[in-house]
Amino acid sequence: MARVVVDVMLKPEILDPQGQAVANALPRLGVTDVSSVRIGRRIEIEFEGEADLDRAREIADKLLANPVIEDFDIRVAEVA
Amino acid sequence: MRIGVVTFPGSLDDGDAARAARIAGAEAVRLWHGDPDLHGVDAVVLPGGFSYGDYLRCGAIARFAPVMETIIDAARGGLPVLGICNGFQVLCEAHLLPGALTRNQHLHFRNRDQWLRVESPDTAWTNNFTEGQEILVPVKNGEGCYVADAHTLDALEAEGRIIARYIKGNPNGSQRDIAAITNEAGNVVGIMPHPEHAVEALTGPSLDGLGFFTSVLRALAGATAGGQQSGGHQ
Repeated sequence: MARVVVDVMLKPEILDPQGQAVANALPRLGVTDVSSVRIGRRIEIEFEGEADLDRAREIADKLLANPVIEDFDIRVAEVA
Repeated sequence: MRIGVVTFPGSLDDGDAARAARIAGAEAVRLWHGDPDLHGVDAVVLPGGFSYGDYLRCGAIARFAPVMETIIDAARGGLPVLGICNGFQVLCEAHLLPGALTRNQHLHFRNRDQWLRVESPDTAWTNNFTEGQEILVPVKNGEGCYVADAHTLDALEAEGRIIARYIKGNPNGSQRDIAAITNEAGNVVGIMPHPEHAVEALTGPSLDGLGFFTSVLRALAGATAGGQQSGGHQ
């Protein structure tokens, strides 16, 4: 079994109101030195056999990320 | 004329959309997400709601439903398709319309009666309005903030494809106050507010929403009469 991790993030130019809401809450924790928070999504895909990065890229491009507003990276992860 | 209304798992407004089609004078035909057959309908409405629980992104999974494969091909061939709210999100995810709908800028779900200005009557779904007409229909969304890159927004403006804008307050932060857009051919329209909830005095803030449904009947009547299909942008 092999695991591929896909990280999906909003493109830098797309406003992330969730991240802003979190950033705005940080002073209440006493944190005042954070200038920005952005929220993305991590997706783990497990292949039955070997990790197929091309297939994972196709899945990410067609379904997991919307290329209009999001970027993604993929990598093979160690399965513990 | 037969207007198909698709039901996905999690659709909410399919019943109201079918009712609006009937009130406008059409035969409403219920279409099921798992059935690729369009049953000979003349137009399709993708209704509001939370298809597939809004998992991943709103509309992202609905786009791959068997019925959508057929609708995407038919829309490219000129079939009038109206996506309302979640339906608009599905049309963007299916790349039938440009851009994307994202979380409302203020993060709150917004539910209210909303004034819009119809910017273009040159589509299959807006030909019964006049340019600049102000209409009142409900809006209810959590992810209705329309975004696209500046080049796409400029092209939409230049080609007259922004067909309705929010006025008297933008409910979700949509760029350039965009409430509705169309494709190049004018047969596919996505709108975030809900015209199907403004078709009867008892339940709606106005009857303004009916115009979208009577427009498509007029476009279809023109097409069958052998006239020029309504809504061509060339």
